[in-house]
Amino acid sequence: MNQLGQNTKFILFELNEETFGVPINQVVSIERPQAITRVPHVQDYVKGIMTIRGLMVPVIDIHKRFNMAESLKATEERIIIVEIDDMMVGLYVDSAHQVVDLSPSQIEDTPEIVGGLEAEYIDGIARYKEDKLLVLLNLKKVLTTNEVNDLKKIEV
Amino acid sequence: MDTNQYLVLFIDEGREHLQNLNDKMLVLENDPNDLSVVNEIFRSAHTLKGMSASMGFEDMANLTHKMENVLDALRHKQIEVTSDMMDALFESIDHLEAMLDQIIQGQSDKRDVSDIVKKLQVIEKNGTISNSDEPINLSQSTNVAAISKPKNNEQYDLNDTEWAMISQAKDAELSAYFIKVNLTEDCMLKAARAVMVFQAIEGRGDVIKTTPDTEKIEQAEFDLIFTFIFITGESPDKIKRDILTVSEIDKVEIDEITPRKTEDNIKTSDHPTEKKELDKSKSTAPVQVNKTIRVNLDRLDHLLNLFEELIIDRGRLEQISNEVGDQHLKSQVEKIHRVSNQLQETILNLRMVPVETVFNRFPRMVRNLSKDLNKKIELVITGADTEVDRSIVDELGDPLVHLLRNSLDHGIELPEVRLKNGKNETGTVQLRAFHSGNHVIIEIEDDGAGIDRQKIIAKAIENGLITSEQSSKLSDQEVFHLMFASGFSTAEKISDISGRGVGLDVVESNIRKIGGTVSVESTLGKGSRFTVKLPLTLSIINAMLIKLGEETYAVPISSIVETMLLRQIELKTVNKKDVLIYRDTVVPFVDLRHILQVPNSDCVSSKQAVMIVKQSNHYLAFAVDELLGHQEIVIKSLGNYLKSVKGISGATILGDGRVALILDCEAIA
Repeated sequence: MNQLGQNTKFILFELNEETFGVPINQVVSIERPQAITRVPHVQDYVKGIMTIRGLMVPVIDIHKRFNMAESLKATEERIIIVEIDDMMVGLYVDSAHQVVDLSPSQIEDTPEIVGGLEAEYIDGIARYKEDKLLVLLNLKKVLTTNEVNDLKKIEV
Repeated sequence: MDTNQYLVLFIDEGREHLQNLNDKMLVLENDPNDLSVVNEIFRSAHTLKGMSASMGFEDMANLTHKMENVLDALRHKQIEVTSDMMDALFESIDHLEAMLDQIIQGQSDKRDVSDIVKKLQVIEKNGTISNSDEPINLSQSTNVAAISKPKNNEQYDLNDTEWAMISQAKDAELSAYFIKVNLTEDCMLKAARAVMVFQAIEGRGDVIKTTPDTEKIEQAEFDLIFTFIFITGESPDKIKRDILTVSEIDKVEIDEITPRKTEDNIKTSDHPTEKKELDKSKSTAPVQVNKTIRVNLDRLDHLLNLFEELIIDRGRLEQISNEVGDQHLKSQVEKIHRVSNQLQETILNLRMVPVETVFNRFPRMVRNLSKDLNKKIELVITGADTEVDRSIVDELGDPLVHLLRNSLDHGIELPEVRLKNGKNETGTVQLRAFHSGNHVIIEIEDDGAGIDRQKIIAKAIENGLITSEQSSKLSDQEVFHLMFASGFSTAEKISDISGRGVGLDVVESNIRKIGGTVSVESTLGKGSRFTVKLPLTLSIINAMLIKLGEETYAVPISSIVETMLLRQIELKTVNKKDVLIYRDTVVPFVDLRHILQVPNSDCVSSKQAVMIVKQSNHYLAFAVDELLGHQEIVIKSLGNYLKSVKGISGATILGDGRVALILDCEAIA
């Protein structure tokens, strides 16, 4: 899946004890949870909007985005700020504290369904550290699939 | 030589000159005998020619040259201004604009202009007695030529090799000139001008030495004057003319250098010395000029962004100082408040540009459209110097073009009809801009046919916008406003100019996007007036902060009509809907908490108040849990991911660092 054929760094985060990765070049920063203002008339997985250094950043609850159950024992929640196609969005995750270096050979194509996630949101599966599995998210898809487009069109 | 780095400069100036040509030609058309205008037009065309030639845009230079010929004949009274001529000149400008657009898009200036060139040639000949190739009279321009006294050879500071080259040149019947170029004091890009000078004479000979040296010239490390030694077979006058095609050059001095050992210096000057004195007196006369600099817009935007951060921090500071309650701290914070308010005014003023930048293309447009429509229309512009924030001006062009076209097409009647109705044959469209409080008002008023209420209603019913029962209850204002509904067009005939039915709704949404409103007034048979109301600035507004449940929202002060305590008012029920009576009008009372899906909507606060806000043509009331007071807020967009949310126009950062949403009162149903 890696087009460059070189190692790529991924930021890892946890959701319901499953590990996900996003390419580091799409990540702007990782923030501690802070006040988030609810926004009316948006999809229920949009937690609201917060401000990072003067910019407005909508925050997505990834659990709800993927219809996962809410995590019960998350205590180190983080908001990963990502930027794709001029869209800056915060991903609310259970924890984020690791960066891994993956070579293309470690990345495998996606099986049909992974942990209840539809394959279209996934760029691949990677093995790291002996036998740990890691789901590589296709953030562009996560942010721009029809649901999101609906969201954009909500009202003029 | 690589000309790319001067392209931006060329484009900017080219635009200015084209606009100037457009403006002045319209003046000339109204007053064909005004020779001073002809001179101005000629100068603009001439500069344009020189610029495009030095940039290597030959088609452009060629066309301007043909225009120049016509203008030259005109100012020497060999021919008279005719309507055909004006058309041809305007057409040429259109071609030039198209060429410039091509250049902007990175293409060449190639364009088929043979038709217009032929036209210009015919015009130039007809009425021209002698088509003598009269040299361009340079003394007309401000670039007064002056050739200085002979100088000692020592002054040229040449080394032996260079002297040898000069001697050789002399043997080959070429001359060497010492050329001193003086740039104007306000010259922006000295290096660019210098390089353009060298380009202008490229091919005419060889530059053997420059002072300062070439590298320094290219780095602009010189003070208005640079000199060089040029070996050429051309006459000094010709060279001077070539150099003067470059703009922003104050004067050029040319001395012939005689090879060493020869004692007699040859003066190339045959100009009267008075000219030089005149030049001197000009330079010593104190001229009161406001000094200005050009600043990149990005920098201004950056400045404003920084200032917005400051405003947010100031809010935080004020909050802290109130909590601490220390008098010294408080008075200091108040000082900061005052200074930053002045700073805000200054920064916002920096971003103000006159609406003229939008208006100045309208006279041309009206001229062309009235010809196309066979109507006689006079456009009267007032208040073109009214200033608006640049970000608003950028968005203003399209809606205004549309409204104006609408007035020309649907408003103003054909001359026959006007005469029959006892009106002046020539219709008048007034375009007015003025300030009113914190707003800028732009009005487009025509003395045309006016809007037929019945026609609008019929059309609206036909399109399913309203029912016939509703129609009788609507005020004129409301009926006219139906024109802005999407898919509405009353023109019986679809024309190119307006009336595709996609027009006015786009106008309204564009104007609303920049925080403005548009309204219509009309009297059948007398004319119509479209009024566009815009905020002065987009980024910082005064807002009332309100509390709904646990949440804080900001309501722009400009939308608020009145606030009162809930217990002061009496709610009534009409058609199962809550209303209140305010100043004899029935105002719908809506549940804002429900509209905004505020959680815990049932808690009741003793501070509950009612707020009445303005929508484009009626009022709306809602209850709020608490009024938190008003403050200046910085408007931020919700970002690309959320783009637009119903009822919300943006967000702002409060003193405590939290985000508050800004209500879009127009969009609350």
